[in-house]
Amino acid sequence: MVAWTDFERATIKDIFSKIDYEVVGPAAISRCLIVYPWTQRYFAGFGNLYNAAAITSNPKVAAHGKVVMQGLEKAVKNMDNIKATFTELSTLHSEKLQVDPDNFMLLGDCLAIVVASQLGKDFSPEVHAAFQKFLAVVVSSLRRQYY
Amino acid sequence: MFRCIYKTPLFAANAALNLKKKSRGKMSLSAKDKETVKAFWAKVSGRAGDIGSDAVARMLTVYPQTKTYFSHWKDLSPGSAPVRKHGGIVIASITDAVNKIDDLAESLLTLSELHAFTLRVDPANFKILAQNILVVLATMFPVDFTPEVHMALDKFLGALARALSEKYR
Repeated sequence: MVAWTDFERATIKDIFSKIDYEVVGPAAISRCLIVYPWTQRYFAGFGNLYNAAAITSNPKVAAHGKVVMQGLEKAVKNMDNIKATFTELSTLHSEKLQVDPDNFMLLGDCLAIVVASQLGKDFSPEVHAAFQKFLAVVVSSLRRQYY
Repeated sequence: MFRCIYKTPLFAANAALNLKKKSRGKMSLSAKDKETVKAFWAKVSGRAGDIGSDAVARMLTVYPQTKTYFSHWKDLSPGSAPVRKHGGIVIASITDAVNKIDDLAESLLTLSELHAFTLRVDPANFKILAQNILVVLATMFPVDFTPEVHMALDKFLGALARALSEKYR
């Protein structure tokens, strides 16, 4: 079980209450597909991903961004057992979607950057550290069912 | 429900278009990348000191294992004198590298020797510092730090890290 300090718990809940899922989710996914274009391999069915403009205006990309945020919200609501919360999702990513788990942190890094740009100065080093820890736990839980 | 994606027409179309893209080589910097990096750096260099200081502070806070390289400092907290000073040194070197972007390996030779033989920083940490620099840029320049700029800078910092690792072994 992960040990969260009071500050970390409060910070994570605060971040997720402040950010707009409809903005952050799509922005993070499209940033990931643009900055790390090899991640596009998992989204061949999404249509036109040829350039940054196409990616940012792609409705399927945007929809998927929201799906990701909803998944993360589950983790925020179950911070004391993210591992169990994500068992099914981990199996899905491993067996059906066959996503290379090294890609999870690429999306995580993009998410950190989008949240940073939303919160500006409020995304202090300490807040950033709490968010990074949350991302690390999420990624570790998503990796768990891979074998 | 999940069929082989490689055989779908959309995948083939995107793949074919990707092959036509101009930049080749092992993720080397294209002319456009260099232009993007230089233009963005010109915009932000006025706050270089703050950028460097915040990036180093973040690195030490978010990735505490990096503190092991600074046990000789009295104060590792964000905003402290050693952190500000070191941030300044790092960012000045990066600005210098931007100006010598066409020949990073050559211009970073001495710094590479320093990091390899004296400092002996594990090169994995270059990526960590790079990510923190990008986060700082996102907090300070949310509008200008577009995905395209983000990518070019990520590539540039990666190329910098490779040049710094040249002399390691």
